Amino acid sequence: MNANNGINDESGKKVLIDVVGLRKVYGSKVVLDGVSEQIHEGERVVIIGPSGSGKSTFLRCLNCMEDPDGGKIIFNGDDIADMKVDINKHREKMGMVFQQFNLFNNKTVLQNITLAPVYLGKKRIRRAKIKNAFISVGNLFRKDKKTLLEVGDKSKVKADAEANAHRLLQRIGLDDRADEYPSRLSGGQKQRVAIVRALAMNPEVILFDEPTSALDPEMVGEVLELMKQLANEGMTMVVVTHEMGFAREVADRVFFMCDGNIAEKGTPEQIFKNPQNPRTKQFLDSIL
Amino acid sequence: MKKFFKKHWIDAIVIAAVAVFLYFGACSIYTKFRFAKKWNIFYDYFVVNHGYNKLVTGLKNTGIIAVSGLMIGIIIGTLIAVVKVIPPYKKITRYAQTVGNIYVAFFRGTPIVVQLLVGYYILLPLLSVNLPPVTACCLIFGLNSGAYISEIMRGGIKSVDPGQLEAARAVGLPFSVAMLKVVVPQAIKNILPTLGNEFIALIKETAVVGYVGAVDITKAFQDQGSNSYEYMIPYLVMALIYIVIVALIAAMIKLMERRLAKSERK
Ligand SMILES: Nc1ncnc2c1ncn2[C@@H]1O[C@H](COP(=O)(O)OP(=O)(O)OP(=O)(O)O)[C@@H](O)[C@H]1O
Ligand SMILES: [Mg+2]
Repeated sequence: MNANNGINDESGKKVLIDVVGLRKVYGSKVVLDGVSEQIHEGERVVIIGPSGSGKSTFLRCLNCMEDPDGGKIIFNGDDIADMKVDINKHREKMGMVFQQFNLFNNKTVLQNITLAPVYLGKKRIRRAKIKNAFISVGNLFRKDKKTLLEVGDKSKVKADAEANAHRLLQRIGLDDRADEYPSRLSGGQKQRVAIVRALAMNPEVILFDEPTSALDPEMVGEVLELMKQLANEGMTMVVVTHEMGFAREVADRVFFMCDGNIAEKGTPEQIFKNPQNPRTKQFLDSIL
Repeated sequence: MKKFFKKHWIDAIVIAAVAVFLYFGACSIYTKFRFAKKWNIFYDYFVVNHGYNKLVTGLKNTGIIAVSGLMIGIIIGTLIAVVKVIPPYKKITRYAQTVGNIYVAFFRGTPIVVQLLVGYYILLPLLSVNLPPVTACCLIFGLNSGAYISEIMRGGIKSVDPGQLEAARAVGLPFSVAMLKVVVPQAIKNILPTLGNEFIALIKETAVVGYVGAVDITKAFQDQGSNSYEYMIPYLVMALIYIVIVALIAAMIKLMERRLAKSERK
């Protein structure tokens, strides 16, 4: 059995992201020092740790927002840390939610959600058309003709994406704001739109980097609520957060990061009630 | 009214002084330069003999060259600016960036007149391309302003929050699409006033297109001067026309800036 192929690990669960010896260096500062870890399908991982310990860097390496300086990130059978791999194809399936929301300021709420699905859908149709052209030219010389690929309809791509976006907006109760620009939304609303923007790609995993840290306290609840819903639906999630309540309630596993590595990991029970590493104890004491 | 004067009395004095100065200046010019006679020559040539036709052509050409120069410049400038901000992992990126740098250095390092002359009298014949002067001017002014706009655009792109690009890449959009659909539109919004100033600069620079035989505002009045042997009034009117055009565009930019500031605040 080979976990690197993204099939299963010892426990028999499917490995979604296999991180092998991940290294990241800024100048002379080693931020990630050979991190190896596996994220399983349907798993909710919460990453905690002191400021500057490399939590964001780790998360951002998972979809190669930061290019790793060493090691492998294996996702769907490809090592996406390899520069030759088409990273865009894989990023579609790895949603990301940012601390600062990062909604596209020049797009309406609806366009924020449909931009990528429409573009990628149309690109797929273009590709299929080009392939079909080759096939039909080839068919002139073939005895047993190859069948053409299904092309699909460009106008339908947009309509489908918009219908899906409206459905997602209804889900978060913001469908009436679909045509407004992000600057008119509150922080909590922005972050919820950012989350459904990621959802619109039907990702296999969503990465959250402190999704509630930039919010006013009264808006934290609505965002966490949405994230809990996703967790209940079985979405694979990797969440960097300081919300220990969320970690306790939702996480399958908690990673405590410190000094460029995962210093301790375990169930929330283990980490919060009975931490083994003195650094974990010290950190938990300092925040609780 | 009283309040107004209380607040602006210095301005009022300055304006009054300028007015008096202009009045005496005008009077002395009028007598010294035999203004009436000159005006008659101008009027004769310009109105009676339809000299204004040339000015109409000149206005049109100045407009065409400046506007299309700006458009071509925006396209080229955006292209160069985007190439310059690509993370230089691949060799081809670095080559493209070098080409961009050379391009900008060349067009910013030589006078536009030189570019016009070399382009129109040497390069185009060498390539055996036969273009009417105005079209050639549009092209060369476009290439020239592309170099300047690329620097403006690069500043604009830098002013956009890097999170915007990250978010676009995170949903799987390639770099080029993320730039074109998310970053560049926001960059353009940020640099609109600067682009307006570039447009004003362009209008003023087009005054040299006479060198390659295109008729613009300047050329129209130059021709009138040399045909009627009377330069003073044509040149004064010419300056006035440029000032009016530039003032109008500057006012439009002001308006636009205010609009943008308002939309930012909402
Ligand atoms: N682009 C960069 N250039 C240089 N150093 C960086 C860069 N990004 C991060 N670092 C450094 O890497 C270290 C880890 O940063 P990282 O953002 O991953 O920490 P973090 O655990 O997310 O902290 P926080 O809780 O404050 O978000 C820090 O010391 C930081 O200064
Ligand atoms: Mg962080």
